[in-house]
Amino acid sequence: MNFDLTGEQRMLQDSLRRFLANEYTFDKRREYINSGKSTDDGIWSAFAEMGLLAYTFPEENDGLGGNAIDTMLVMESFGRALVTEPYLATVVLAGGLIRDNGSDAQKAAILPAIASGEKRMAFAHYEQGARYNLSYVNTSAKSEGNGYVLNGSKAAVIHGYQAHQLIASARTSGNTRDENGLSLFLVDAGADGVTIRDFPAHDGFRTAEVTLNNVKVGVDALVGAADQAFAAIEKVIDQGTAALCAEAVGAMDAMVEATVEYTQTRKQFGVPIARFQVLQHRMADMFIQAQQGRSMAIVAAAYADSDDREARREAISQAKLLIGQGARLVGQAGVQLHGGMGVTDEMWASHLFKRLTLVNLLFGDSDYHLAKVSEALLAKLA
Amino acid sequence: MDLNYTPEQEAFRQEVRHFLQDNLPADIRERMGKRLRHNKDMTVRWQQILHKQGWGASSWPVEFGGPGWDEVRQLIFEEECAMAGAPRQLDFGLRMVAPVIMKFGSDEQKDRHLPGILDGSVWWSQGYSEPGSGSDLASLRTTARREGEYYIVNGQKTWTTLGQYGDWIFCLVRTNDEVKSQEGISFLLIDMETPGIDVRPIIMLDGEHEVNDVFFDNVKVPVENLVGEEDKGWTYAKYLLGHERTGLANVGQWKTMMRRLKEIAREEQDDGKPIIENTRFRDRLAQLDTELRALEITVLRVLTASSDPGPEASILKIRGTEIGQQLFELAMEATGHNAIAHIPDALEPDYDGPLVGSHNAVPAAGDYFNMRKLSIFGGSNEIQRNIITKLVLGL
Repeated sequence: MNFDLTGEQRMLQDSLRRFLANEYTFDKRREYINSGKSTDDGIWSAFAEMGLLAYTFPEENDGLGGNAIDTMLVMESFGRALVTEPYLATVVLAGGLIRDNGSDAQKAAILPAIASGEKRMAFAHYEQGARYNLSYVNTSAKSEGNGYVLNGSKAAVIHGYQAHQLIASARTSGNTRDENGLSLFLVDAGADGVTIRDFPAHDGFRTAEVTLNNVKVGVDALVGAADQAFAAIEKVIDQGTAALCAEAVGAMDAMVEATVEYTQTRKQFGVPIARFQVLQHRMADMFIQAQQGRSMAIVAAAYADSDDREARREAISQAKLLIGQGARLVGQAGVQLHGGMGVTDEMWASHLFKRLTLVNLLFGDSDYHLAKVSEALLAKLA
Repeated sequence: MDLNYTPEQEAFRQEVRHFLQDNLPADIRERMGKRLRHNKDMTVRWQQILHKQGWGASSWPVEFGGPGWDEVRQLIFEEECAMAGAPRQLDFGLRMVAPVIMKFGSDEQKDRHLPGILDGSVWWSQGYSEPGSGSDLASLRTTARREGEYYIVNGQKTWTTLGQYGDWIFCLVRTNDEVKSQEGISFLLIDMETPGIDVRPIIMLDGEHEVNDVFFDNVKVPVENLVGEEDKGWTYAKYLLGHERTGLANVGQWKTMMRRLKEIAREEQDDGKPIIENTRFRDRLAQLDTELRALEITVLRVLTASSDPGPEASILKIRGTEIGQQLFELAMEATGHNAIAHIPDALEPDYDGPLVGSHNAVPAAGDYFNMRKLSIFGGSNEIQRNIITKLVLGL
C-alpha cells in the first residue's frame, strides 16, 4: 500500500496548480466563459506545452506513457480552479478511445495532434430517452459501398461544438438496448450532414446536440471492430467518470477552504460566524465528505484502466455514488454557510456549487450508480 | 377531530376554483405552468383582477378592504390560486408592510398607503437586510438623522427582492445609537423616487436579476413617514417577521410543484421508459409526497390553533423550505443531463429556438440553484432552529 505520488507526479501537480493560480483566476475564467467557447487558445497551448494533453498517450505517439493516476492529478487541479477547457472531452474520452481501440494509423494521425494542442475532439454517445443507459443507441450506421452512412441524434455531447472531430457511436446491428451491434466512427465536425447545436451549460462548460443526417464515412473511420464497441464505450465512460470524480474532489476541497475562510471573516452577533458550533459541525461534515471522496477518487483511478470489467465497474460506480452524494452535501452546505452571498454570481462558492451539482448529472447520477453497485452485490451473493 | 373540510369550506373552494377558471389570463397561466421568467406585468395585472373581485388581499380584515376570511379560507384561497397557476401576489405590500401599517400606523398612513397596495398600483419593496446585517438584523447601520421635518437617511440595504420595480420601500433605520441595538431602530416608509436613492442589480447564481442593493445618500424623508414611534421599529419588525414565517411554508405552491413533478416523472425518459418506473426515483418522490402531507397538516394545526402562531412557526419555515428545495432537486434530477444546458432565452414565452430534451429541462437547474435561497432568507434555517431550541424547548 502506497499513496505517495512520484516525484514527477508531484512536479506535475505543483506546476499545474501554480499555473492555474496565476493564469486561471476567477476573472479570467469569466472572460473565457463569456467568449462563448469556454476554452481559450492560450490556455490550451499552455496545457500542451506542459505536456498535460500527452500524459496518458503512448510514447510512440508523442505521449508520456502515463495512466489514470496522472489524469486524476490533472482533473483534481482543474476542479479546484473550475477549469472549463475541453480536457475531459478531448484527452480523456476521445483520446482514450483512440489510444485503447484505434488502429496504428488512427493513433499516429490523432494522438500527436491532440498532444500538440492542434486538435480538439468530443465523444458523441448518449441519446435522448436513454438517460444514462450506455447501450440505448438508436443512431444507425449502414454499410454502403466502401464505408458507412450514419443517421441519428446525439445528446449531452460535452464540448461538441468546440471539437474539430467527433467520435460517434452508432448501431451497425441489433436493437435499441443490445450491447452487441455498436460501433464507433470518426466524424469530422464539418462533414456534410453533421449539425452541431452548441449550448452553454450552467457551470460554464459547453454541451451540444449532434444530428447526423446521411453522413458518409469511409471504412477507415471505424474505430475498433464493428459491432463490438460496447466494451470500449463502457470502459471510456468509466475512465471519464474516474476523471470527473477527481475533478469533483478538487472542487469539494476548494469549497471546504472557501467556506472555512468565509465563516472566519463574516461576523454576526459580534463574532465570526465560524464560532457557532452548528456551523463548525457542518464544515466538519463537508471535510469528511471531501476526504471520503478523495479516497474513492483514488480507487476509481486505480481501476479506470483495468480490463477486469466487474472489478472496474464496481469501483467506478462506488466512487461516483459517494462522490455524487458528497458533491451534493458539500455544495449545498458551502452555499448555506455563505448565506445570501452564496447564491450570488459574484461569489466563488456559487460557481463551485454549480459544477458540483452538474457533476452528479454526468455519466450517471448517484441513484444510477447505487443501482449498479446494488446489482453487483446481488450478482456476487446470488 | 376531523380532517375533512366543512361543506361551507368546500363550497368556498369551488367558488374560488370557478373564479380562477374564468379569470386567470391564459398567458399568465402558461408562464407559471412552464416556470418561465416572472415579470412585473403579470403580478400587477393579476392583483388588479383579484382586486376587482374584492379578493385583492385575502388576509386583510373587511375594514381595510379585505374579504375578512378566516385562516383556513385564506389557505384554501392560496392553494387554489397556486394550483390554477396564478402568480404569487406581492408579499412586501400585502403581507409585510400592510399589517404593520394597520396595527401601528397613523390613520393618514392607512388612508394613503393601503389602497395602492390593494389595487396593485404601488409596488412595495423591503429594506431590512444590510451587507453586515443578515441573521443579526438588529446590528443594522443605515441611519436616519432628524433634521426639522425630515429624516436624512444614509446607508445601504441589500437582498431587496424585485426592488427594480419598487415605488416605495419600507426600511428599518437606526435613529439612536446610544441605546442597545434593538432599541434604537425605527420603521420608515420611503418613496423610491426621492433623490439620493440608487437601486443596483445583484445577479444571482442562476444568472437572473431578482434582488438588488439599494443605496441611500442623504435621502430626505418627511417625518410623517415614520410608522409608530421613533426607536420602536424593532417591535414592529418582529411582528412582521412573525407574519413572514407562516407564509414561508408555501404549501399551496409546493403542492402545485408536486403535481408538476409527478407529470415530469411520467414524461421524462429513462432507458426508453418514464422515469417514474425507476424504483429509486419513485421512492424519493413517494417520500417527499409523504413529507409534504405532514407539512400540510402541521400548517393547518398551527393556523387553526386558538392562539397566534408563535415560535412554532419556525417548524413551518424549516420544513417548508427544505421540502421546496427537494422538489426542485428531484425535478432537476428527473431531467438528467438535459438539465445542464443553460438557455436563458427559453424562459420567455416567445422563444422558438432549440431546446435540450423537453421543456421540463429549461428551468430545472436554474430553479434548483435559485431555491437554495429558501433556507437562507427570512431568518436562516440555523436561526429558526435556534428559535425552536430556545423558545419552544426552553434550552
